[in-house]
Amino acid sequence: MTAGSTGIMHQGLRHILSSTPVLCDGAWGTELQAVGLGAGECPDSWNLFHPEHVKRLAARYVEAGSRIILTNTFRANRIALQSYGLADQTTIINRAGVILSRAATQNLATVFASMGPTGKLLMAGDVTEDEVRLAFTEQAETLASAGASGIVLETFSDVAELTIALSAARATGLPVVASMVYDSGKERDRTMMGTTPEEAARAIEQAGADVIGANCGTGIEAYIPVCTRLRRATALPVWIKPNAGLPEMTGDRIVYRQTPEEFARHALALRDAGASFIGGCCGTTPEFIRELHAVLADD
Amino acid sequence: MGDYKQLYDAILNGNFKIAKEVTQKALEQNADPQMLVQDYMIPAMNEVGRRYEANEYFVPELLIAARAMKASLELIRPLLVQQGAQPAGRVVIGTVKGDLHDIGKNLVAAMLEGAGFEVFDLGVDVPPEKFTSAAQDNNASLVAMSALLTTTMGSMKVTIEALKAAGVRDKVKIMIGGAPITQKYADEIGADGYSSNANSAVALARRFSGIQ
Repeated sequence: MTAGSTGIMHQGLRHILSSTPVLCDGAWGTELQAVGLGAGECPDSWNLFHPEHVKRLAARYVEAGSRIILTNTFRANRIALQSYGLADQTTIINRAGVILSRAATQNLATVFASMGPTGKLLMAGDVTEDEVRLAFTEQAETLASAGASGIVLETFSDVAELTIALSAARATGLPVVASMVYDSGKERDRTMMGTTPEEAARAIEQAGADVIGANCGTGIEAYIPVCTRLRRATALPVWIKPNAGLPEMTGDRIVYRQTPEEFARHALALRDAGASFIGGCCGTTPEFIRELHAVLADD
Repeated sequence: MGDYKQLYDAILNGNFKIAKEVTQKALEQNADPQMLVQDYMIPAMNEVGRRYEANEYFVPELLIAARAMKASLELIRPLLVQQGAQPAGRVVIGTVKGDLHDIGKNLVAAMLEGAGFEVFDLGVDVPPEKFTSAAQDNNASLVAMSALLTTTMGSMKVTIEALKAAGVRDKVKIMIGGAPITQKYADEIGADGYSSNANSAVALARRFSGIQ
């Protein structure tokens, strides 16, 4: 039984939310690619094989002004790692992810640990609910015991899967952010499964999240109306981390063309739409965070 | 001859129980299995595809419709085989070597099955030689490849070369898809076609099979 939202802010968020919007970090995967993460390689495995690059990236986000940084553990649930043949490394990848981010904070930032979806569709029967619950419980417990101050469930498309992850994350007692991708439908305001921000808000609040969010997607402009709608649909603080626009292909490389300045130009509108946490997703870099910091501080 | 609009509706609404029941009853009444497929089931899946493309249906609706179609087809297929009816085509499908993403590939496979194709799903991270041998062993008319990563889409080109080397290339049509794939890329590597979603993949497979 989930208790649902009590309307009382989680203790672990009070201090952080005393001054908003809270600046978060930018992308990890695309940034690790820039320093050599290879074809089809699991980014999270770099916590073990190239920890210096992971810690350096975390430190660059802190230097750029991030007050919450995540961990390089987005795919580190047993089901997703299984695909890479890394299931037996699940615990150590998660532990290392938290330790590396914590080592980079200089007491200036707080570490919230990242958990992404399994990559399998529950309703297609690719995995069972029990398998998903077990995988998320294992990951959430490991992240919490390694010293994360919060858990961010990000880039989810399926409310059913997110709800399972939420109950696993809440069991740790840490504050939990539940963030979905809105990139489908005529107005690009639904998840791949067709869920609207209002439907997501109802389900996520019911499942007891402390913060509701939207990340990835089609860019920062599209997330301003999504933010407004989440804000209206729930009293939970809103977390927004958009992509640096839509990627384009040049030759055989993916390029995000949006500049940090173009991205940050929309930051005030996002704040005014009610975002309490602002950062970036795929294609954003420490430069984007620096630019966001400047724009938000100037105002 | 009964009116099997119930079957059409059951598939459109993704109700596999009703789809199965109606099919069972129809077959007991000696309905022509080919007629059920051609006049009711495939048109229902066409409408599902149209709604998906028009952003009226999303992934869940697509999945439950495909599941209803499949439930009904399982009852009908043995009779079709008895009648000597051929599938719309034989498709070997997989996510290419180095790439582990399967949601898009699975959707295309389900929709192709729904459209009456016989589908051989090779899974993810499929090496070129596996595409080649599966195409030969199953006498495939189509090879469908998926990739979600720019870093793995190069495996499509390698696979096409392997199909050429094995002398299979000219016996099949090759279609590709996935987030980073474009028509331009399909042309560059010598694929026969590209589609951006599960519905247009079915249309493409039909065109290659000389249907409609």
